[in-house]
Amino acid sequence: MRTSPGERLLDLAVSGVLWGFRILLVAAILIGTIATIRAGKYTSEQWIDFVVFGISQGSIYALIALGYTMVYGILRMINFAHGDIFMTGAFAAYFLATWMNGTGFIDSYPILGLLIPILFAMIVAGGIAMLVERIAYRPLRGAPRLVPLISAIGASFFLEYAFRGFFGPGVYAYPPIKALEGEWDILGIGILKVQVVVAVAAFIMMAILYSIVMFTKVGKAMRAVSESKDTAALMGIDVNRIIVSTFALGAAMAGAAGVLYSLIFRQVGFFMGFTPGIKAFTAAVLGGIGNIPGAMVGGLVLGIFESVGPSLFLEGLGITRPYQLKDAIAYTMLVMILLFRPSGILGERITTKKA
Amino acid sequence: MKKENFLWSAVKTGLIVGVVAIFICFVGMVEVFSKRDVIEKLITLGQFVLLAAMFSAGFIASRHTSSLLEKNKPVSNLVAGLVAGLFTGLVLALLVVVGAEVNLRAVFLNATTTLYDVLTLDKGVGNVWILPLIGAVAGLLGAASLLLPQILRRPITQALVFVIFMAFFSGLFRVVMINQGSDMSKAAKYLFGQTGLTLEGTLIFFLGVIAVSMLWSYKGKDIQAGVTRLPKAGRLSLRVIVYALIAYVALGLPQVSGPFIAQVIVTVALFVLMGLGLNITLGFAGLLDLGFVAFYAIGAYTVGLLTSYGAFGLQHIPFWVAVPIAVLVAMASGAMLGLPVLGIRGDYLAIATLGFGEIVRLLAGSDFLAPFFGGPQGIIGIQKPCLGTLGPFIRVDVPRVCNGLELGKPQDIYYIAVVSAVIIAFVAWRLRESRLGRAWMAIREDEDVAEALGVNLIQTKLLAYMLGAAFAGLGGAIFATLIGSIFATSMQLIVSINVVSLIIVGGMGSIPGVIVGAIALIGLPELLREVSEFRFLLYGATLIIMMLAKPEGLWPSQATRRELHHTEVEAGVKA
Repeated sequence: MRTSPGERLLDLAVSGVLWGFRILLVAAILIGTIATIRAGKYTSEQWIDFVVFGISQGSIYALIALGYTMVYGILRMINFAHGDIFMTGAFAAYFLATWMNGTGFIDSYPILGLLIPILFAMIVAGGIAMLVERIAYRPLRGAPRLVPLISAIGASFFLEYAFRGFFGPGVYAYPPIKALEGEWDILGIGILKVQVVVAVAAFIMMAILYSIVMFTKVGKAMRAVSESKDTAALMGIDVNRIIVSTFALGAAMAGAAGVLYSLIFRQVGFFMGFTPGIKAFTAAVLGGIGNIPGAMVGGLVLGIFESVGPSLFLEGLGITRPYQLKDAIAYTMLVMILLFRPSGILGERITTKKA
Repeated sequence: MKKENFLWSAVKTGLIVGVVAIFICFVGMVEVFSKRDVIEKLITLGQFVLLAAMFSAGFIASRHTSSLLEKNKPVSNLVAGLVAGLFTGLVLALLVVVGAEVNLRAVFLNATTTLYDVLTLDKGVGNVWILPLIGAVAGLLGAASLLLPQILRRPITQALVFVIFMAFFSGLFRVVMINQGSDMSKAAKYLFGQTGLTLEGTLIFFLGVIAVSMLWSYKGKDIQAGVTRLPKAGRLSLRVIVYALIAYVALGLPQVSGPFIAQVIVTVALFVLMGLGLNITLGFAGLLDLGFVAFYAIGAYTVGLLTSYGAFGLQHIPFWVAVPIAVLVAMASGAMLGLPVLGIRGDYLAIATLGFGEIVRLLAGSDFLAPFFGGPQGIIGIQKPCLGTLGPFIRVDVPRVCNGLELGKPQDIYYIAVVSAVIIAFVAWRLRESRLGRAWMAIREDEDVAEALGVNLIQTKLLAYMLGAAFAGLGGAIFATLIGSIFATSMQLIVSINVVSLIIVGGMGSIPGVIVGAIALIGLPELLREVSEFRFLLYGATLIIMMLAKPEGLWPSQATRRELHHTEVEAGVKA
């Protein structure tokens, strides 16, 4: 019933600005891509390297994104501290792996040397997430939406700076695993072993999580609680327990992702969770928040975009050192997806129902 | 349902507090705090913190016992407190014993021998039994404090809090008082030692506060009644006197306090200013804007580019012209960014604005835009404000000469910040009482209902967002002038979080609350080096605790107070 011309003008301006954004963005990407391809600076081998790196990095984002998506699905809440849970996992694994490395265990049993720290990281991260949920989130259930979000921001800072207090502001180097150094020759292309292992491990974890959610009793209960807490409670489901196990499960995935991340980047520090956390959230929204396969797809899309993007279209636009703006690509995607398609790529069905 | 045994509950309390105490040790607080005394040569702050933990274990256990037994049973309460304190002490003792055997330092940086020395009062691991003993006594006292009648408990608590406060700031007060002259300096040396209060000082403060508090609880009602009985003119003049006093202190403080404190006060004033800006967006309209720092950066860079005599300066115009331009630019970018984003709801908006903030920072610091914004090197040589005429611009890296009064010192910038803050506070206050303000509150409470009642959502939100952006820009502009240079690295998310935290601590939507929040969150940590190391840890904890315990903040606005305590008010009316 908008009648005043001023308001109509404002609506027009809003949609004008929105369309302007879209057109500008698409044009920039197209022009940049065409320019880069015509300049022909990179060989196809390099492009494949970019994509493979994108996949392994994206599978890590996907693994973290699962936690965001599951918690959002159940509580409609952005678990801002999730990125820092990822960090706690990386730290736990770092200390265990360093000790194991000192005893020579990792060199003699590389597979166990990889798996045991991952398992330990999952347990520690899950435990910390349960604590955070108990202290900072559970008492606030049912409060206005901003209240738990602010509490989560508080939890995020608390975790970061508690770990800074424990372990200092420096960056630790994750111990090297000799078996993972070098390249594998796949179809005539050399691909770094670490990247393959990370991607494969991440996909296995995702498959495990997916089957837990789809085929076990707890998973069924989780899905029921995310449909409706009250109905689930009436059906005899202990809602609190299911919420806690959702947090723990998501956090365990994030903890594992922390180890995989430190395998690739070899750096463990108290602030390492912030950027991957935001990116994983982007991935979750990209795939449609609340949607588990969506989180996986979103993570991969984001990872590849971020890895290929700087060279593909930023460089073509004449930007110097485009690699510096890698994070800006992810953030731009975040803003754009929230603007134009908050229901995500795969998320339409679910979000319209629960918005 | 069978009730828990109160002793078991006390043991649990003791263990949990013990774990918290270990956390405090490992995070490094105990060691850092033990460098400062509460009472000189008697107890350090580090020991005090642990003692407080044991004391509160006793207090909590005692309260649990009362609720489990459904009444106060002095003996059970005291026993529960004793047990809880004992177990807290035992957990800490365990830490010392384990620490003596295993090298915990391989993981936890702060598990140093200094820490163990603090824990065993420098008496060595052999005397570790002293810890549970102290714990039991402290727990007993904690339990006893619950049993004290209200009339005694409140003065003692207030006195304790005041003594701790004075101990924290003893160094500061000492310096300020010694600067005042020989009489004051004698008093200062009597009350404050080098690192903390003297024993005499502690006693004087403690007893003094108890006396005042007791007096107030007997006579306070009479005084309040006396004030309300005053004629209208009388009350008005009383209020004017109070405001004048506050203004006198606020304006005179930087002159007497010396450069360091002046710098801190400027920072506080700057954050008050930004807090007032974000208060419109977050407090009135309920839009959580985590990208506030983007507009701060835009304001800072605008002033930098317009006034700098460095290599990136474009215009070399005076500060007074540049600031309004900066505010307008920030406001316009607020509109540009706000228009698309404001369709998004609640928590998504927070994340989207966070994305904006990060994009602005990355772009400003990138090599790509370095020819315009200086990239990582930033913009330097920002012209100081000048009351009078500026000399001509000669060449790069030579400041323009000021014919008149140059406002270069932090104290001078302080007045600019205070004047701006007063203006913003006035604008915010008038806006809140206006039709627009009521529309904002309506949106904050329920968007759908507000829209159904005829509030144009986008327009109303956009105005809040633009005003917030404008004030952030003003803050950034003043900040740039204060520091004299801008670097993209100082435009971190942490600035936004700072501002959000101070609003939440002070009370969303409350104007005095912003000032209280800024003093508590920005001023105190700046003044106390010991605390500033843990400031973000404490911010995090504060945000959580505020949300759990007091979501309306320390100084809530009338409306929020009414909303959150709706039921209580109603009950009061019925009774």
